[in-house]
Amino acid sequence: MKSSALKHIRTVFAVLVLLLFTFLFIDFRGVLGDKAFGPILYLQFVPSFLKFAIAGVVASTGFIAVLVLTVLTGRTYCSFLCPLGIMQDGISRIGGLFKRRFRKYGYKKPYTILRYFILVMTAGILALGGVYVLTILDPYSTFGRFITYFAQPVALVINNLLASVLGKFDIYSVYRVDIKPYELAAYIVPAAFLSLVGILSFRYGRLYCNTVCPVGTLLGLLSKVSLFRIRFDEEKCTRCGRCAMACKSSCIDFLNKKVDLSRCVNCFNCIDACKENGMSYGLVRLKQKSEDDAGTDASRRGFIAGSIALIAGGSQLLRAQGTTPSPTKDSTVKEDRLYPVSPPGSAGISIFTSRCTACTLCVNACPTNVLQPSVSEYGFAGIMQPRMDFHSGFCNYDCTRCTDVCPTGAIMPLMIEAKKLTQIGKAVFNKENCIVHTEKTACGACSEHCPTKACHMVPYEGNLLIPEVKDEICIGCGACEYACPTRPYRAIFVDGNPLHEAASKPETEELQAVPSEFPF
Amino acid sequence: MKRRNFLRSSLGAGLAAGAYMSFGSYGKAFAGKPFPSGTNYDLIAVMGGEPAAMFDMGIQAMGGMGTFVRKGQKVLVKPNIGWDVVPGKGGNTNPALVKRIIEHCYRAGAKEVYVFDNTCDNWIKCYNNSGIEQAVKDAGGKIVPGNSESYYQEISIPNGKKLTTAKVHELVLESDVFINVPVLKHHSSAMMTGALKNMMGVVWDRGYWHRNHLNQCIADYALYQKKPQLNVMDAYNVMMRNGPRGVSVADLSNMKSLMISTDWVAIDAAGAKMMGKEPSSIEHIALAAGMGIGKMDLSTMNIHRMKM
Repeated sequence: MKSSALKHIRTVFAVLVLLLFTFLFIDFRGVLGDKAFGPILYLQFVPSFLKFAIAGVVASTGFIAVLVLTVLTGRTYCSFLCPLGIMQDGISRIGGLFKRRFRKYGYKKPYTILRYFILVMTAGILALGGVYVLTILDPYSTFGRFITYFAQPVALVINNLLASVLGKFDIYSVYRVDIKPYELAAYIVPAAFLSLVGILSFRYGRLYCNTVCPVGTLLGLLSKVSLFRIRFDEEKCTRCGRCAMACKSSCIDFLNKKVDLSRCVNCFNCIDACKENGMSYGLVRLKQKSEDDAGTDASRRGFIAGSIALIAGGSQLLRAQGTTPSPTKDSTVKEDRLYPVSPPGSAGISIFTSRCTACTLCVNACPTNVLQPSVSEYGFAGIMQPRMDFHSGFCNYDCTRCTDVCPTGAIMPLMIEAKKLTQIGKAVFNKENCIVHTEKTACGACSEHCPTKACHMVPYEGNLLIPEVKDEICIGCGACEYACPTRPYRAIFVDGNPLHEAASKPETEELQAVPSEFPF
Repeated sequence: MKRRNFLRSSLGAGLAAGAYMSFGSYGKAFAGKPFPSGTNYDLIAVMGGEPAAMFDMGIQAMGGMGTFVRKGQKVLVKPNIGWDVVPGKGGNTNPALVKRIIEHCYRAGAKEVYVFDNTCDNWIKCYNNSGIEQAVKDAGGKIVPGNSESYYQEISIPNGKKLTTAKVHELVLESDVFINVPVLKHHSSAMMTGALKNMMGVVWDRGYWHRNHLNQCIADYALYQKKPQLNVMDAYNVMMRNGPRGVSVADLSNMKSLMISTDWVAIDAAGAKMMGKEPSSIEHIALAAGMGIGKMDLSTMNIHRMKM
């Protein structure tokens, strides 16, 4: 096909995908139902791959579809389905508006060693159980963080202005949502990558995708043997170089009439740019295919083998540091929490931290804001992975939203009845901080909020009641900690269970007879 | 919102209802004294019917809703919507009761009826699963969010012992008539929650109350000038223990009762009795009575008891 329609189809499709994924991560009103997430996220490569590796279910075969798509058509994924890739196209376009002063297109050699090193390192460490490199490099999660950390607050400001205006007219269908920033250190990685991705795409198009992104590099390997591909028409080409200057991937060597398929993302800009109809996208010709195969970089194989040895040693070191959190005992922290609390459905801390890519989808979807990006709670390698922060909110008893939306399987689906008996941590009461003890006045905010009454009130001095915790029926939802009014340290807090446990059902007994007359 | 309130009290006073007062809002006219109810009852108590039907009967004995709501007025109905639980679990005010109260307000000529609560659980889930959002919409009322601090305005309570300032929802300030519709429940902090305790849902910073002598703060808030003109207590399914959220339906006593009063101390005293407790044993009721906010001695009251 030579038609420039391909480019326009790509543009329209990509814009729709970008809007959809932006909305997915901005959706603070929870407009999208639980069922919508599966289909939308089905084709996202890394989440699908991780979930398949964990659960092996049909619903997570999307990455296989992407691999097949790549073998058939090349890196279509990168231009049509990857929100981070599409976002970069948008930034490149802005770069191009400045009379191409900032944008440096044209053929360049690939950073072969760097890109394969990143791919092999990511895959190798993942194989050994460490997800943290992927957490930082997965394009879907990186995009999610950009929107959650930087775009959602802007959306909330607009929403709140709108709500204020409409409120004056007694319209409350748009409501205000308080903007609560995360801990500052959680912004380091997203901010660094926003700068990196932003600058690279502004000046060099898809350089990030073809150098840093492990998914791009992996799909690039497959697209070298793809059935459909971009190619030159030898007879029509005048070597004018327009195609190379339009190429976001800098992968068209027009002098030699060659396209580096490992970097071509199927944007079809070259077809559109060629005045002579000299570029086309179509089925591979056998002769051409063998030529490309011969061009395979021989040194790469040796490099990959060498890298594996490097990773085998290094990752064990990182792993010990990363996936098992060390107790955060600190003399100044009166809430003496030994373990952070991982969300229900995650089964336990080390399991969770080995599967989560910190895409922040659950952080957005959580209706109570209890899920917050961690800083050091899970250890250094667990940065940005969400934890239950009971100073921000508490886990709603009748809610399984995070378990429904997680695309990687780090949080597995839980039925509501199972969730209500999943103990993610246990409440610990510290009498020395408690109002009842220090002020000798009634409080009980903790027990008030407790959905199982694991935290209940028992007689104290005089008529006063003071909290007491029954461990076996506590589910660690943190309602007590959230409600506790003491500052800066709470008198009751939840200590995480390294491995989630089953709580007992609260016992119930029959009540005395119902009054049939007014007692007054 | 403040601007709207100002416009309302200055322009609105000159309109239909202008003849009643020279200036200021209606709320001030009733401040500090019970609404002239047209009847001599201190308390109406109804038993044995469904919540809406019991209200129909009770409000009739109070002289009808027209005694409290006049044409063109803005009414705030404040139920308890604190928890993400479904109706029948006793955690929130019965939605059918809320709906019927709103209908009575409109029939009495109310211009608009508003409903909100500063909930404990996530407010969207509370509004939705309590059935109250739907009930309000069905009755033609407006359900209003109370989830953001920006909806709350600072007020002062000069005579409060512990609580001298609070941030209250703008609707409390803007409405002409305030109807308090608590659900009667056991409460782990305050021992019982009823009309007085229900005001913790119109303020923003409840934590302050908990830190600074909770029961005194509950009583202190009742000194604030914008008091409810009418209190309707839902005692249909009364949570006898494990309150205020409840663990299971086994915690409920199906009393099928409803109380109405202009005196919120009196209605809480009656609620305490219903739960088998002496009003004086509930600290915030005793404190409020001692401060002259209302009466808690039921034996000296003119009570109209009705059975359906």
